[in-house]
Amino acid sequence: MKGLPPVVITAIVLVLGFALCAMQFPNIASTRVVGNLLTDNAFLGIVATGMTFVIISGGIDLSVGSVIGFTTVFVALAIERWGVPPLVAFVAILVLSAGFGAAMGAVIHVFDLPPFIVTLAGMFLARGASFLLSTESVPISAPIYSTVSDFALRLPGGGRLTAIAIIMLAIVIGGALLLTFTRFGANVYALGGNRVAANLMGVAVGRMTVRIYMLSSLLAGIAGIVFSFYTSAGYSLSAVGVELDTIAAVVIGGTLLTGGQGSVIGTFLGVLIQGLIQTYINFDGTLSSWWTKIATGVLLFAFIALQQALVALARRPVAKSAGAAS
Amino acid sequence: MEKSPDPAPPLLEVRGISKSFGAVRALQEVDFTLRAGEIHALLGENGAGKSTLIKAITGVFPRDAGVIRISGEEVAPRSAKAALQAGIATVYQEVNLLPNLSVAQNLFLDRQPMRFGIVREGEMRRRAKMLLGGFGLDIDVSAPLGSYSVAVQHVTAIARAVDLSARVLILDEPTASLDRHEVEILFDIMRQLAGRGIGIVFVSHFLDQVYEISDRITVLRNGRLVGERETASLPRLELIRMMLGRELAETTSARAATAEHQAREVCASFEGYGKAGYVAPFNLELRHGEVVGLAGLLGSGRTETARLVFGAERADRGQAKVEGDPIRLLSPRDGVRHGFGYCPEERKTDGIVAELTVRENIVLALQAKRGLHRPLSRREQDEIAGRYVKMLDIRPPDPERPVGLLSGGNQQKVLLARWLATSPRLLVLDEPTRGIDVGAHAEIIRLIRELCDDGLALLVISSELDEIVTYSDRVVVLRDRAHVDELTGEAIDISNILAAIAADSAVVAHEGRA
Repeated sequence: MKGLPPVVITAIVLVLGFALCAMQFPNIASTRVVGNLLTDNAFLGIVATGMTFVIISGGIDLSVGSVIGFTTVFVALAIERWGVPPLVAFVAILVLSAGFGAAMGAVIHVFDLPPFIVTLAGMFLARGASFLLSTESVPISAPIYSTVSDFALRLPGGGRLTAIAIIMLAIVIGGALLLTFTRFGANVYALGGNRVAANLMGVAVGRMTVRIYMLSSLLAGIAGIVFSFYTSAGYSLSAVGVELDTIAAVVIGGTLLTGGQGSVIGTFLGVLIQGLIQTYINFDGTLSSWWTKIATGVLLFAFIALQQALVALARRPVAKSAGAAS
Repeated sequence: MEKSPDPAPPLLEVRGISKSFGAVRALQEVDFTLRAGEIHALLGENGAGKSTLIKAITGVFPRDAGVIRISGEEVAPRSAKAALQAGIATVYQEVNLLPNLSVAQNLFLDRQPMRFGIVREGEMRRRAKMLLGGFGLDIDVSAPLGSYSVAVQHVTAIARAVDLSARVLILDEPTASLDRHEVEILFDIMRQLAGRGIGIVFVSHFLDQVYEISDRITVLRNGRLVGERETASLPRLELIRMMLGRELAETTSARAATAEHQAREVCASFEGYGKAGYVAPFNLELRHGEVVGLAGLLGSGRTETARLVFGAERADRGQAKVEGDPIRLLSPRDGVRHGFGYCPEERKTDGIVAELTVRENIVLALQAKRGLHRPLSRREQDEIAGRYVKMLDIRPPDPERPVGLLSGGNQQKVLLARWLATSPRLLVLDEPTRGIDVGAHAEIIRLIRELCDDGLALLVISSELDEIVTYSDRVVVLRDRAHVDELTGEAIDISNILAAIAADSAVVAHEGRA
């Protein structure tokens, strides 16, 4: 491998960014701020972990934002209106969202359709379904919600590592292990490298496709539950456009949008970079929060340009050896 | 390799395989026998049925009839995976591995050594290293496969296949993108595997290599078995005759007698023109009113020459001139601007737009040449289409019919009309008579000669030698990506062309790829 892998560049950008922010606002470099950053972006980190698998396998999942929205509404209604115990509601929505993802994966594989179209349909479906359930925000007052909100590990320096931040960190670590050290993970990379070749080499492409989208939707479901903890409410308009923030985090994290390369750790760093920009804007106080989007856009553009350059660089030795062959 | 009359059943035995695609019979009653420990070349021109045979054996296509036996036992693989389980592995020219994964992952994908659901990375690397070591390859197996040369990728693919206990190894054009040294390495490995009793099917266009490495040769033509011979006792000329299916009918050029080409004006010339790894530099002069034929086996560089001449491929050396003036040919647009036209071999994919009408297809190139801001009026279009439908006798004579509904011969005429409408000075025709019935065949040839008499310069590629001999004023012979001979006038006949193709000159062949 030549040069720096993209994930190292992401890490450098994060560290540099953090140092710059801390220079201007020394308070940013505290466990309190960092803990809040993790809490605020917990749902994003979870859903981005799933998206990383999808994008490395050469696909895309546009439905995750809608699945989060649907999940919050479903959970809120189940607990508050239908009288379902919260844990049962959680299990039900996770089964439902996993099934939803599996169905999208099956459609993509069986009918050989572009994931973009299938998950776009899934996005409208899930968003529409959440409006069917309820158009208004449903507050959740179940005791488990206050218990979870109150729970936190004390960090030195007064910071709090909340339950949802812990869930997110666990999922990120679990996702990274799954992707790096298992046969499933290797097959995800294989699919993104070349579907036809992967199939010829014995990878069960259909089963893998179903599982990858199932994983993404399942994690979107978990992200939805976490989001409902975060806001203590269910609302059909929540997490609109989150699929795009997620894709941005994955790409900034160094995952190739065309598949075949990337890492969960990079995605996590990408989420943190987005969170850091948001935090900086909060500290500044005079900037519009939409500057987050602008900064994300600039970063995204820079990373895509960087990846293209790296890909071109990686191809060069091959071209050179072909030149020698000729 | 020594061979003894084998009492045991052959390693791979294929009997009476047939396969049709619709009305096209791609394979008819083909037999093929591969012995353990032999390297067996499978040869044939385009459309001979080589790849169909391979795909029928490896279960990629279901076959219509025939049996496949491995060591006497009948097998019926239905997928590449099943074929692999039966012991038949195929390594394609475009290596079907994953460039983004490490070499070790590629070798052990889907069968990695595991412990508690975790891939044992160290163990996998150790095994990969050992496996490749057996092939004389000592590389960092944790680096991505794509960072290595095509040769290493080929060896990796072969190593994977062999490690999957393949007994039959099919190598489809493995040497096409390798340099001489890499070919040597590959050949060493092939000999070593054959020594271990593995049977190797070697598909290649490079006859020198076939003679160098193979024990026996099977030749297919038009989906039929032509014959199976010992390589050592098969003269090169005889082999080419088997491949091209020519009895040495001594047709001589009908045009040779009337040709006064020396006096004709040069239309376009190419000096030292070529591209590394594509076609060796060549000199080519095309004159008004003259047909130059390009002859050679499939993969000899005919189409590549045509694409360079038209500008579809960018040359990296040499000078092109039109009417004596140097020009730059960087894209097909440049070619069109200088009055060149190109009818590609793959009519269906590269030429016609099947959904558009005859009229729309004919005016396409002319409109492109004029630019978008000078549209052809419908009246002009009708006039042009009508003229060419009449002139080329396109049937049915209905300019509003979608081209996809026309026969192959008439589609070819529409393509011709498209370029003629741009009043070109040079027309390049790649296999203009392929896939056309006999009647239309003669008509296309008549058209070629008429166009030529009107002062057009023509460069025509054809596998049909008698055809080339009939209409060419000059014939350029290609072999292994290089122009090796040029025949003029009286010298143009089939036996001379065959002799030039067959000439055993390893030096030229290797320069062709150098």
